[in-house]
Amino acid sequence: MNLFDIIGPVMIGPSSSHTAGAARIGRVARQLLGEKPVKALVSFHGSFEKTYQGHGTDRAVAGGLMDMSVDDERLRRSLKLAGEEGLHITFQPVHLRDAHPNTVVIDVTGESGRRIVVQAASIGGGRIRVQSIDGIEVGFSGDKTTLVIRHTDAPGAIATVTQLLSNARINIATMRVFRREAGGQAIMAIALDAMPDDKLLDSLKHLPNVTDVTLLKQI
Amino acid sequence: MEYSLSSLIDAAEGIGLAEAARQNEMKYNEISQAEIDEKMREALDVMRQSAQRGFDPKMHSMSGMTGGQAYKLQQAVQAGITAGGGFLGRASARALAIAECNAAMGKIVAAPTAGACGILPAALLTAQEEYGLSDETLIDGLIVAGAVGEVIAARASISGAQGGCQAECGSAAAMAAAALVYIRGGSAKQCADACAFALMNVMGLVCDPVHGLVEVPCVYRNASGVAGALVAADLALAGIPSPLPPDEVIDAMKAVGEQLPPSLRETGEGGCASCPSCKRA
Ligand code: SF4
Repeated sequence: MNLFDIIGPVMIGPSSSHTAGAARIGRVARQLLGEKPVKALVSFHGSFEKTYQGHGTDRAVAGGLMDMSVDDERLRRSLKLAGEEGLHITFQPVHLRDAHPNTVVIDVTGESGRRIVVQAASIGGGRIRVQSIDGIEVGFSGDKTTLVIRHTDAPGAIATVTQLLSNARINIATMRVFRREAGGQAIMAIALDAMPDDKLLDSLKHLPNVTDVTLLKQI
Repeated sequence: MEYSLSSLIDAAEGIGLAEAARQNEMKYNEISQAEIDEKMREALDVMRQSAQRGFDPKMHSMSGMTGGQAYKLQQAVQAGITAGGGFLGRASARALAIAECNAAMGKIVAAPTAGACGILPAALLTAQEEYGLSDETLIDGLIVAGAVGEVIAARASISGAQGGCQAECGSAAAMAAAALVYIRGGSAKQCADACAFALMNVMGLVCDPVHGLVEVPCVYRNASGVAGALVAADLALAGIPSPLPPDEVIDAMKAVGEQLPPSLRETGEGGCASCPSCKRA
């Protein structure tokens, strides 16, 4: 804990969990998509579903999808701005089993047709937890710069990734690997102490077994 | 690192509480002095802007439950028709304004949370107006408040969902009380005493937002929170010692939070939220 956790964050109100956290989740979805979104179906669960209009959770998620930060004054007008920017968003209630009360599922499609589905929860004080990506259960916070690497579960897949990071002298803070089933689709979430450059990201993308690499910047 | 007000008092010996708090941050969190001061200055700017915006009579929240009330209070204080007089009136109007700005999706500084964001800035900005203080002094006040808040967060909680409103508006009032004592020249021990008074005076305050929204009673609790901070600061500045050790009061607040049923911890079921008329709405 530090001083800025207490005097801060600077944010758009009214609620750190229902507004700031929701904006961060939207922004994580945007970064995972990696391109301009054109269509999104946003499903709210639990307390999010009950209070999303009053807390501006819908506006926060929409703003996040348009890459706005938690203190961006445009969050308030984001629904209108989304319309202007050609992002079509629909909100709906959903009942998930055993989910955190502040959970949202974002199904978003980008301009190239690329589509991802992200489920995440706002766990208090603006902090979030990404729970699944395209149906693969994950669990990471995005508090630090995080590499999200999709790969095929195969012997050596993880070692080649960590080897490249080690060659670039980038320290791994935490690392978790998730998979749908043995030999199937899998995801690594690697929190880093330093920022990898484009060259490194490119070499990661070209590794055998790796299908997709996204860098989540600290948000 | 040990989080206690008593160790903060020890560390403040000879250098004062703000400097002790700065040194702690630099040592344990590897933050530079320049970074601390710059971020606090930025926070102070946002606080000031949110206070201004909140006085807009036309501003309102998404639900329409709150907005425009701070303007009314400000007008009443200026007209001299309130009971509490100038300083109290301006401080509570400002706290209400910032809280209403938050409810209307304005930009604020969580201090320590968004729900309680009006209390600390209202105390500091009104003191600045009243006593002609510099921004540097206010930044020292923010740092003192932050250090007190860290102790409360570490020993107890600053979240309404965990500890009730005593942990949100109560903690904000305790932080503001300590900051007020500091900028009025009180000792570190008096700062801690003010924190203790503020917390003991709202021990058990429940979190009961109507319709689950951070509006009613939240914005009004910001106004009364700054009033509570002023009283607590005055008690301490008068040299009245806290009858209970401040760290023990914080621990008691934590224990009360744990005893609160979930219906009184941000679920929007009990307390004010259970009034039949808001259930109908
Ligand atoms: S009642 Fe609850 S939501 Fe409202 S300010 Fe207090 S702790 Fe926050």
